Amino acid sequence: MDYSAVFRVALRALTRNKMRTALTMLGIIIGVGAVICTVAIGEGASNQVQEQIRSLGDNIVFVSAGSVNSHGVHMGSAATKTLTADDAKAIGQIPFIKEESPGVGTSGQIVYGDQNWYTHIRGVSPAYLDIRRWPVTEGSPFSNHDVAAAANVALIGTTVMQNLFPANEDPVGKMIRVQNLPFRVIGVLQSKGQSPFGQDEDDTIICPYTTVQKKLAGISWIQFVMASAISTPAIPPSEQQIEGLLRQRHHLRPDEDDDFIIRSPNDLANAQAQSGRILTLLLASIASVSLLVGGIGIMNIMLVSVTERTREIGVRMAVGATEEDVQLQFLSEAVVLSMLGGAMGVVMGVIGSILVSSMLRWPTLVPPEAIVIAVFFSAGVGVFFGYYPARKAAHLDPIEALRYE
Amino acid sequence: MAEKLAQSDLVMESGPEAGTPMIRVENLHKTYDLGEVQVHALRGVSLTVYSGEFVAIMGASGSGKSTFMNLLGCLDRPTRGRYLLEGQDVSELTKVELAKIRNRRIGFVFQGFNLLPRTSAVENVELPLIYSSVPHLERVERAKASLRSVGLEGREDHHPAQLSGGQQQRVAIARALVNNPSIVVADEPTGNLDSRTSVEIMEIFQRLNEEKGITILLVTHESDIARFAKRVVLFRDGKIRRDSLVEGRVDAAQALISLPGIDEDEDDGEES
Ligand SMILES: Nc1ncnc2c1ncn2[C@@H]1O[C@H](COP(=O)(O)OP(=O)(O)OP(=O)(O)O)[C@@H](O)[C@H]1O
Ligand SMILES: [Mg+2]
Repeated sequence: MDYSAVFRVALRALTRNKMRTALTMLGIIIGVGAVICTVAIGEGASNQVQEQIRSLGDNIVFVSAGSVNSHGVHMGSAATKTLTADDAKAIGQIPFIKEESPGVGTSGQIVYGDQNWYTHIRGVSPAYLDIRRWPVTEGSPFSNHDVAAAANVALIGTTVMQNLFPANEDPVGKMIRVQNLPFRVIGVLQSKGQSPFGQDEDDTIICPYTTVQKKLAGISWIQFVMASAISTPAIPPSEQQIEGLLRQRHHLRPDEDDDFIIRSPNDLANAQAQSGRILTLLLASIASVSLLVGGIGIMNIMLVSVTERTREIGVRMAVGATEEDVQLQFLSEAVVLSMLGGAMGVVMGVIGSILVSSMLRWPTLVPPEAIVIAVFFSAGVGVFFGYYPARKAAHLDPIEALRYE
Repeated sequence: MAEKLAQSDLVMESGPEAGTPMIRVENLHKTYDLGEVQVHALRGVSLTVYSGEFVAIMGASGSGKSTFMNLLGCLDRPTRGRYLLEGQDVSELTKVELAKIRNRRIGFVFQGFNLLPRTSAVENVELPLIYSSVPHLERVERAKASLRSVGLEGREDHHPAQLSGGQQQRVAIARALVNNPSIVVADEPTGNLDSRTSVEIMEIFQRLNEEKGITILLVTHESDIARFAKRVVLFRDGKIRRDSLVEGRVDAAQALISLPGIDEDEDDGEES
């Protein structure tokens, strides 16, 4: 028996009852469409997270002062005064670390002319901008010399610029007052937009850390070290080495907790991707329940079809169809039904994910392998749920089938 | 055992040229087990049919005719006894082998036509060829030729619902013939047809029998129909009661001419 004939017969049988075929396929269409859609949303989201994490900086390892107590509560960096600029320098000596910058943060009122703006003030060294891949678009960054001199210079974020300066005024070279101290604006930071954590990254000014330490915050310690590892795989070992180094430098006894916290956005990204993946998997498996329901629909309709066509089966057997022929006929009908449904489901899923990204502004990404898997999976559904009805048809007794009314 | 004698006489008369019989059944039994009761549909049937014979099988309702035909047509297996088809013991064969025999060597014609609904005449006739892996074009070719031989030229694309009973039965005959079987088994093929259409069908059977030498076994309730056959076997209670040659056999083509043409419908199928 040639397979194109089998396929044609199956197709014909299905077109004979168009409404019924369409309704039966609907189950598979919805199932596959829903799975494709959820996978596309999940993939899109994790893709976006990866992208954002990459935009955070260059294999960042972030050390902040503070501790996690035994209940996992973050004590806050304000309470810890042990992290110093020398610690940062020592971290920079670790072979796995490419660059590092000490960091302090505070906030305060910035005034220019009759405009004022309350913002975050970050004190760092020039390496910070490299690590964060954060170029200066107008003017120029400050130098290590500015750091050594604790110079009153500032780089301003675009949000700050927009709130202090009229649109037509070039801020570079202008004097602003930061907590009543005069600072010279030497550059404007490129706009970064929102951080993955939802803050406006451009609502900040960046100054030498020495200036912030001595003149604005009045502290001698630092609050964080922003470092970059030489490569992504170097992140975990460098974290370990930093921990050892800082414990040693801070003379911590083995029973004492760390007075610092080491984090990497990569860890965060992995954790986020992991939980995203689990969520996607969960949603996809919920969606595939409707695929199961669709499969049951196919089985149901195939059973009806076998009963309706009992006589036909008898006739086919009488003229020489073997059990295998009959089984193949009904099985291929179920498979054609489910595969057509699967193909339409893929189309629906793709359309759905395009709608989601255009209407809800969620990023979506349909992985090509998901399409292949969906089509094969729906064929599998057809085989699985078509098998029993086909077997039932094949095992009919020809005489009884012929006599069936 | 006068029967036996009569039978062997007959065999010598009707099948002198054939070496091995086309059909040979020995002491065939068929019992339907319905749990509480057992229905003995056949209780020891022995019959030999040679190539080129035209046998009418008669008998009261429930005498086992259909059961017997189903066994001959390899649609069913006997409970007991032997069935040799052209010397081959069929009762031993697997289901797949039986399907192949039904496909290649036996053509079945039913009382109820048993055509596939909403399927054109030519596709109905093609059906056996699908199961013998004949390529599509050749299938259509042969199906059309077969339809032509039963006088249904021009009706190839009609669905059963668009055909008269006689025409439907001719499609069924064309289907039975399309794979050039050596035997045609027909269970009351004229049972649903009026008398003139019945004669038309018998004319086709006679022609197949004469011209192609196809062995025909045909069940009928009507002795008028049986007179077109060469030999009549009478069943009663699952056994053969009588087996005789037809005396004064009627030629269907002649009978059609003499039949009154009152109900003359579009007889496009008639051959000269
Ligand atoms: N599948 C079956 N199960 C049980 N009994 C059956 C079955 N088929 C036939 N029989 C019985 O076997 C006997 C012979 O039946 P069969 O159909 O062969 O008779 P028949 O001679 O063809 O009758 P008719 O002329 O009415 O067609 C009947 O008593 C019938 O009830
Ligand atoms: Mg009968």
